[in-house]
Amino acid sequence: MNLHEYQAKDLFRSYGLPVSRGIAVDTADEAVAAAAELGGDKWVCKVQVHAGGRGKAGGVRLASNADEVRAFADEWVGGRLVTVQTGAEGQPVSRIFVEEAADIDRELYLGMVVDRGSRRVVTMASTEGGVEIEQVAAETPEKILRATIDPTVGASAWQGRAMAFDLGLSGRQVNQFANVFVQLSRLFHECDCSLVEVNPLVVTKAGDVHCLDAKINIDNNALFRQGDIAALRDPSQEDEREAQADEFGLNYVALDGDIGCMVNGAGLAMGTMDLVKLHGGAPANFLDVGGGATEEAVAEAFKIILSDDNVKAVLINIFGGIVSCKVIAEGIVVAVTQVGVEVPVVVRFEGNNSTAGLAVLEESGLAIAAASSLEDAATRAIAAAGGNR
Amino acid sequence: MSILVDRDTRVICQGFTGSQGTLHSEQAIAYGTQLVGGVTPGKGGTTHLDRPVFDTVAEAVEQTGATATVIYVPARFCKDSILEAMDAGLDLIVCITEGIPTLDMLVIKERLDATGRRLIGPNCPGVITPGECKIGIMPGDIHLPGKVGVVSRSGTLTYEAVKQTTDKGYGQSSCVGIGGDPIPGTHFNDILGLFQDDPATEAIVMVGEIGGTAEEEAAEFIAANVTKPVVGYIAGVTAPPGKRMGHAGAIIAGGKGTADEKFAALSQAGVSTVKSLADIGDALAESTGWD
Repeated sequence: MNLHEYQAKDLFRSYGLPVSRGIAVDTADEAVAAAAELGGDKWVCKVQVHAGGRGKAGGVRLASNADEVRAFADEWVGGRLVTVQTGAEGQPVSRIFVEEAADIDRELYLGMVVDRGSRRVVTMASTEGGVEIEQVAAETPEKILRATIDPTVGASAWQGRAMAFDLGLSGRQVNQFANVFVQLSRLFHECDCSLVEVNPLVVTKAGDVHCLDAKINIDNNALFRQGDIAALRDPSQEDEREAQADEFGLNYVALDGDIGCMVNGAGLAMGTMDLVKLHGGAPANFLDVGGGATEEAVAEAFKIILSDDNVKAVLINIFGGIVSCKVIAEGIVVAVTQVGVEVPVVVRFEGNNSTAGLAVLEESGLAIAAASSLEDAATRAIAAAGGNR
Repeated sequence: MSILVDRDTRVICQGFTGSQGTLHSEQAIAYGTQLVGGVTPGKGGTTHLDRPVFDTVAEAVEQTGATATVIYVPARFCKDSILEAMDAGLDLIVCITEGIPTLDMLVIKERLDATGRRLIGPNCPGVITPGECKIGIMPGDIHLPGKVGVVSRSGTLTYEAVKQTTDKGYGQSSCVGIGGDPIPGTHFNDILGLFQDDPATEAIVMVGEIGGTAEEEAAEFIAANVTKPVVGYIAGVTAPPGKRMGHAGAIIAGGKGTADEKFAALSQAGVSTVKSLADIGDALAESTGWD
């Protein structure tokens, strides 16, 4: 789960991390009032969306008077922001963040992420802060400093100091940075983060280390013990179909092809998409119905697939392990009876109750084609969708 | 011969009396697995499926002589269950449960490395030595005792590979699902090493997927240590970068861990790779010269 910047900064503040004062607002009037409340003569206005690249896309602007604050809010609230990290349709903007502006001397980068290789949370820092950090990592990886955090001990201040010296910080900045490092690690571990990023972490003209941006991703598997954070979820930032699927325990990811896929197991779902592609077709989605699929969930899955207007054929590939092909078949019949289906459906059942499942489909009298093998299923679905693209 | 489990392996089940524990324990017993008891705190002293139930893992181990455990408890309790199993001295811990917080696994992995115990999973189908011992949720009837070792990150893809080796009549020595999570207890290399040393295993099928670098590490390991024929398949060629494909593990981050990179690394290591998962059986026939 992603947090908005203003939510992440609230968390930062509760861990004693230095962030600017700011107010999140929903209207232009509130934006102007927020600027007045914050005081000063410069504010940074930022759209709140779950995507990076906001600055380059015009979603971050410095305002020097109330009119400029209002103009920014008028322009963005209710609109959509398109960045390099969003699709062409962009993300909806319903909230903006008005923040007091900081005087920046240096921009650094600081990030923490779970590293599979070392099986540790790894901290990365760089003198090359700002928007181009991915390019830095790709082209000059030696400019990225790393520190791994022992899961049983936690982050130590000395690790933060060592990193601070390597970043060229001096004087009181060294301990300020070490504090940010230790507290950020505490936040990461206590809040079950999968990623925390401060880009940029700045040194102000006054010479203090300061968190200018804040990005937090939370491990969905841990939301059961992060009730306060789970309540911060913003469904408006999620793909509607993906969110709907999630409610039924389904994993759905929209793609741009025309063959709808319904499969059990993430690996087999990817393998099925790959097979469709290999034979010249294009999958319209990834959909894993999971191991504990109920008739209701399968019916929902079918409806979600059909709600995509690009779908010209549906391929159902089930290898019954825990899940029974009969349950899947009954769910398909329910869905087709309820919403109707105007595209061809090809089914391949294998394993647990596959014969019974095929019998259910046959008895339903619905026009559903049973495939004899994996390849047969893929090629028939492609042919049904109108052939190779 | 086989790896990890055989007809003499004595297994207990944690979460024995729950719905998942009950369902899969029944199937394991029917398959012939020596499931000698189970653990459900608070139900110690009762019996379930004609087997004794214990309050603690230590007690179960002491009373039954079990050397392995399978865990079906809900994700939020898994860290505790795995640590308890480790402390009770069990050498093989199989955790089927999906959805364990990643930070829990970092602590578990640390303890595993320190104690030398082996965890298969989490988020996996389990381990089976066909005809002898089934620990997990895989359908027993698609398996056939035989000579191919199967190791996979994905449950249902394991079944596909198994079915093809059964259809060809080769059968399997043992099959291990290492799980799709970003931090698994056991890696490809551990299992590849066991298969290489197992006389009953004559060839290996390895099924990977996008995300992480486990397949690249396996490729290096195979080049240096594995002399038996290996067939490799990687799922996720069509997965767009940055999108999470169900498994927590299956996400391509920053252009690393793509299927193309993994295929290339495996081919380089002498693995015979297949682009279609329907071709695993045929590739095995070709690389071994078997009928």
